[in-house]
Amino acid sequence: MERKKPSKNYGKTLEVNELHKSYGELEVLKGVSLSAQEGDVVTMIGASGSGKSTFLRCVNLLELPTAGEIKLKGEAVEFKNGKEHLVPSNKRQVERFRSHLGMVFQGFNLWQHMTVMQNVIEGPIQVLKKPKAEALELAEKILNRVGLWDKRNEYPAFMSGGQQQRAAIARALAMEPSVMLFDEPTSALDPELVGEVLKVIQSLAEEGRTMIMVTHEMKFARDVSTEVIYLHEGIIEEQGPPSQVFNNPKSDRCKQFVQSVH
Amino acid sequence: MEWYWLPEYLPRFAEGLWLTIQLLVISIIIGMSLAIPIGLVQVTGPRPLAWLAKGFCTIVRGTPLLIQLWLIYYGVGSLFPSIPGIRESFLWPILRDAFPYAILAFSISVAGYEGEIMRGAFRGVPKGELEAARAIGMTPFQILRRVWLPRALQNVFPTLTGEFILTLKATPLAATITIYEAFGISSIVRQETYRIYEPLLFVAFLYLCLAAIMILIFRYFENKIPKRAS
Repeated sequence: MERKKPSKNYGKTLEVNELHKSYGELEVLKGVSLSAQEGDVVTMIGASGSGKSTFLRCVNLLELPTAGEIKLKGEAVEFKNGKEHLVPSNKRQVERFRSHLGMVFQGFNLWQHMTVMQNVIEGPIQVLKKPKAEALELAEKILNRVGLWDKRNEYPAFMSGGQQQRAAIARALAMEPSVMLFDEPTSALDPELVGEVLKVIQSLAEEGRTMIMVTHEMKFARDVSTEVIYLHEGIIEEQGPPSQVFNNPKSDRCKQFVQSVH
Repeated sequence: MEWYWLPEYLPRFAEGLWLTIQLLVISIIIGMSLAIPIGLVQVTGPRPLAWLAKGFCTIVRGTPLLIQLWLIYYGVGSLFPSIPGIRESFLWPILRDAFPYAILAFSISVAGYEGEIMRGAFRGVPKGELEAARAIGMTPFQILRRVWLPRALQNVFPTLTGEFILTLKATPLAATITIYEAFGISSIVRQETYRIYEPLLFVAFLYLCLAAIMILIFRYFENKIPKRAS
């Protein structure tokens, strides 16, 4: 089922313009733009090495772009020119931006020395400076929602990949981010665990969260996205609602990719 | 075996043991607070500081502790009296005493060995966990305090335990610069009673007890570290 965009225009939540990223001679992103309004679910698909993960990592500045513009709710990241790439000129702003962008990694990246609960309340307490009681209250809600309340005192190393990824989603949600970024959230999971994670992500999409997701799960992308972007060698080849990208792609390469992955 | 001397010297052994414990604990605390930045700069840079730290570790680890101790006590220590007026200053009681020189030498030793271990420990923390900390909006200092350092210490905790016990067993060297810690007391007993083996056996037993207590304390903390499943 295809979700409709909210009819009301909230303005752009996230806007990325002409993003370029090079590693030395190799240009990985050759001017990629994306914009998401509140409630949009934008999925990025494409072959390995097409630059989709790099793009996502540039959005929250884990990688620094060579050129381009990143705007969150109308506010642009302040850059100055560096030797190899742009350099953020305001570290505080970067930290604030990141706290509004909930990142979920392929490899979960939970902090292994903390329990699930400690992982979830860490950001709210340390970064958002929330009182502990408030952070715990919110964490309870979120952990119930991802189905991990009874695992709250467990350490990540003792949990399955699916549970760890759900805990990582809970950690990101606890920051009450404006946009969720998913970097291939199910690629490191055993096939039988993919479903439980996708179910959580789908429920987030249904409640109208703004999300950017890099994925290889084509069926999922078709079901939950408001917009699909097909990236090839650092360029957007095809872009549009899932019905167009999956059923009537203008680009032959996209058609081939979509059919081959199915 | 003759043990008639033991009751008479027990109070002095208690004093000596207390001195050993002070020397060990203070040196570990100062040494570790140096070892952490020494390990860290070797991973993060800047380059000149990393080289400096690396050089420090190489020199400390490459030379005998006894020679370091003597260089500091007889070398540095003998420079001070030549400074005019220093004998009258408030610093003199400290500079005259051998104990601070021992603390300095042992702290440097701990910093050198544990600095090298901390380098590996910092490097061994998975990059993804640090990235997650950045992605959530932590400042570099928060990342260090909340994620990087605790994870690093956790990884090398058993190694550090072993290192601290080695440090304990190096403390008798302090007796060579007139510090009457546990081993120093056993030497006094030998000189005064002409019993050679019994005081040595007794002091060896004391070190064994100390080491056992340390292992128990560290094991208590080690059990609190979550182990990897599977």
